[in-house]
Amino acid sequence: MRQPKIIIVGGGLAGLMATIRVAEAGVPVDLFSIVPVKRSHSVCAQGGINAAKNTKGEGDSTWKHFDDSIYGGDFLANQTLVKRMCEAAPGIIDLLDRMGVMFNRTPEGLLDYRRFGGTLYNRTAFAGATTGQQLLYALDEQVRRHEADGKVRKYEGWTFLSAVLDDAGVCRGICGMDLKSMEVKVFPADAVIFCTGGVGAVFGRSTNSVVCTGSAQAALFQQGVDYANGEFIQVHPTAIPGEDKLRLMSESARGEGGRVWVPRKPGDTRPAKSIPDAERFYFLEEWYPKYGNLVPRDIATRAIHRVVFQEKLGLAGQQAVYLDLTHIPRETLDRKLEGILEIYEKFLGVDPREEPMKVFPAMHYTMGGIWVNNEDQATNVPGIYAAGECDYQYHGANRLGANSLVSCIFGGGIAGPAAVKYAKNLEKGSESADPAIFERERKRQAAMNDALIKQDGSENPVTIWKEMGDVMSEHVTVTRYNKNLELADGKLQALAARFKKINLSDRTQWSNQTLNFTRELGNMLVLARVMTLGALARNESRGAHYKPDYPDRDDANFLKTTRAKWVNGEIKLTYEAVDTSHIPPRPRRYDVAQ
Amino acid sequence: MADKKKVIVRVKRQAGPKQEARWEEFALDWRPSMNVIIALRDIAENPLTRDGQKTTPVSYDSNCLEEICGSCAMVINGKARMACSALIDDLEQPIRIEPLSKFPVVRDLAVDRQFMFESLKRVHAWVPIDGTYDLGEGPRVSPETQEKGYPLSNCITCGSCLEVCPQVNEKNPFIGAAIISQVRLFNMHPTGAMHARERLEALMGPGGIADCANAQNCVQACPKGIPLTESIAEVNRQVWKQALFGWLLG
Repeated sequence: MRQPKIIIVGGGLAGLMATIRVAEAGVPVDLFSIVPVKRSHSVCAQGGINAAKNTKGEGDSTWKHFDDSIYGGDFLANQTLVKRMCEAAPGIIDLLDRMGVMFNRTPEGLLDYRRFGGTLYNRTAFAGATTGQQLLYALDEQVRRHEADGKVRKYEGWTFLSAVLDDAGVCRGICGMDLKSMEVKVFPADAVIFCTGGVGAVFGRSTNSVVCTGSAQAALFQQGVDYANGEFIQVHPTAIPGEDKLRLMSESARGEGGRVWVPRKPGDTRPAKSIPDAERFYFLEEWYPKYGNLVPRDIATRAIHRVVFQEKLGLAGQQAVYLDLTHIPRETLDRKLEGILEIYEKFLGVDPREEPMKVFPAMHYTMGGIWVNNEDQATNVPGIYAAGECDYQYHGANRLGANSLVSCIFGGGIAGPAAVKYAKNLEKGSESADPAIFERERKRQAAMNDALIKQDGSENPVTIWKEMGDVMSEHVTVTRYNKNLELADGKLQALAARFKKINLSDRTQWSNQTLNFTRELGNMLVLARVMTLGALARNESRGAHYKPDYPDRDDANFLKTTRAKWVNGEIKLTYEAVDTSHIPPRPRRYDVAQ
Repeated sequence: MADKKKVIVRVKRQAGPKQEARWEEFALDWRPSMNVIIALRDIAENPLTRDGQKTTPVSYDSNCLEEICGSCAMVINGKARMACSALIDDLEQPIRIEPLSKFPVVRDLAVDRQFMFESLKRVHAWVPIDGTYDLGEGPRVSPETQEKGYPLSNCITCGSCLEVCPQVNEKNPFIGAAIISQVRLFNMHPTGAMHARERLEALMGPGGIADCANAQNCVQACPKGIPLTESIAEVNRQVWKQALFGWLLG
């Protein structure tokens, strides 16, 4: 029998889980990653992973997890897959526990669970405040074991350039680039799973890692892979501003009792600790008494913007609010939150156990992503699968905290076997594909590199990237106005024109990071427009997508998935129905109990 | 008008693994909260040396920029550390930036740390599970064990401990403190402990734990504050026990 071959692009949580599942099925895997997979962005996830284990006698259930997720996502998520994910979550925790993740424990030696946003239950398992790192390492170790057994071959330090499609539009492999030698090479495969993560770099600065550019998604989009709900971008309420990065301050800080406040008096410059309780405005607790500081992220972010921009109560007139942990015992903080407290201390030189942290919202996550079906992570192009942050399922219009890790592992976990099944059922595998299609794609990609290297213009890629990030952050994040979105789209098109005049200032053919970055930038400029046009067309407010001119959710017109297609070099928006087969949509309010 | 405050940075450049290294100096505009990564990005945006010569952007590894991915370790003012958390205002100028010296240079500040990942393979740094299908909960672990194990599992494989270790050099492929500490971690886990022997045996050969000369630089250099010398002492005890009694207990 023919032995199929699977390629996985991206080695974060989703990619590693998919890899393990394919290797377990006895099918060889080639795993491609820009960075050594242990350095993937999943390491940055901090607070925890959700599963309704109901270990605290609260009456939690997988149905309640499901309901919280759908309600938190403002009913835009396709429900059947979310339901399956929530039902699988307790088993995923067991699996991670068996792999040796150093989760925090109760005195009985069981896993401990804490509160997170958008729920009233202790449902979040955690390993200090570096849960993503711990989970990624556990999967990395299992993949290394399969690698040592010869089942997995890693291509670390390679970037994905494009899919190889045959004349019938079926994926037969990928075209990649070695980031050392800059060699462009094609790799045949019967199915390819993309687990290429987030899109933070499109916004310039975000909580995301450097590699989260969305470049692979955008490259696929331009080859006919649809992209869904691109306009749904999560802005996390609490991050430390910085010029290079907006560093996340986990929701777990509030899950452990952290409180968000500003002085009631505008421009109050007294030291935080000297301001009496009565003169502090705990606005989340006042506005949302039931959920308090643990409202979902879109709600908390808009509340902070309102306090800072409309009520002019930002700390000392600046764009910041306090995230206060100083009332919590030091020992508890060190045991449960040390990782994030160290980040604050190292980058700002202030001990958050003693002084309230100064934080502000930051672009954090894309709910939108590669369109996949409601069944097994297959895209609309045969042979291409997607899982993890880069797909659009599971989170609707707003993701609940600690649901991303579980969606990555669940999605990767079902994508692996689905790709194997597809590959085994293929009548003819990639080995019988016409060799000319591979050479054609390789030449096309190599020619794009050559053109960039030779181009003798006056534009700098970093400058264009920063300008794109500024436009996107200003107009396509928390508050959206149609006239600004139109302006942003015009600016993006102007940047795309300037992109054609880029000068790489590095024409060497060895480890040329500028060339790779510029390729990514070209793709980011396309993805930025998909997001902007999606936002422009959606005249309602839902979850993270907020238009003051259309302040309400409009189910009659917009309870539908945006599905962007690439048609003759243009972005075309189409729409399709949302699966609401389990929970009928109801108004979403966090100021009262559901 | 007074000149803008400048940051003077000297970067050790090397076009490829076999090329000669050379230094380039840059004068960058100072900004508050600037770190070494921002300095390197400034150079990429305007690749001109201090004396106005055109040059190329500097190649370097980076990813998370919050000291948890382990990518951006380099030698800054003579000290192995992460570039993202190296704040310009805390550094004496001119700031000297060099690649880690114990790993092959790819280009400029980018190095190849594959040796460490291979070493993790060598010591079987994993818990060998039967499969990913549903086999119920994992073993119970006491909070005390978790509190010992968790700090060890924070290792970001940055290579700082190898960089500062006098035993790691071209003549001696010492596996280094990070990997030994991982052996301690997996031998501590209830399931991992069932396979402690194969990990300890992997540490007995050339480049193994016997090569540690107790310089204790590793624990000073670790950006994550991992108790590396404690790990080496503990694993050393385990190795001796295995070597002395292993054949008896067979």
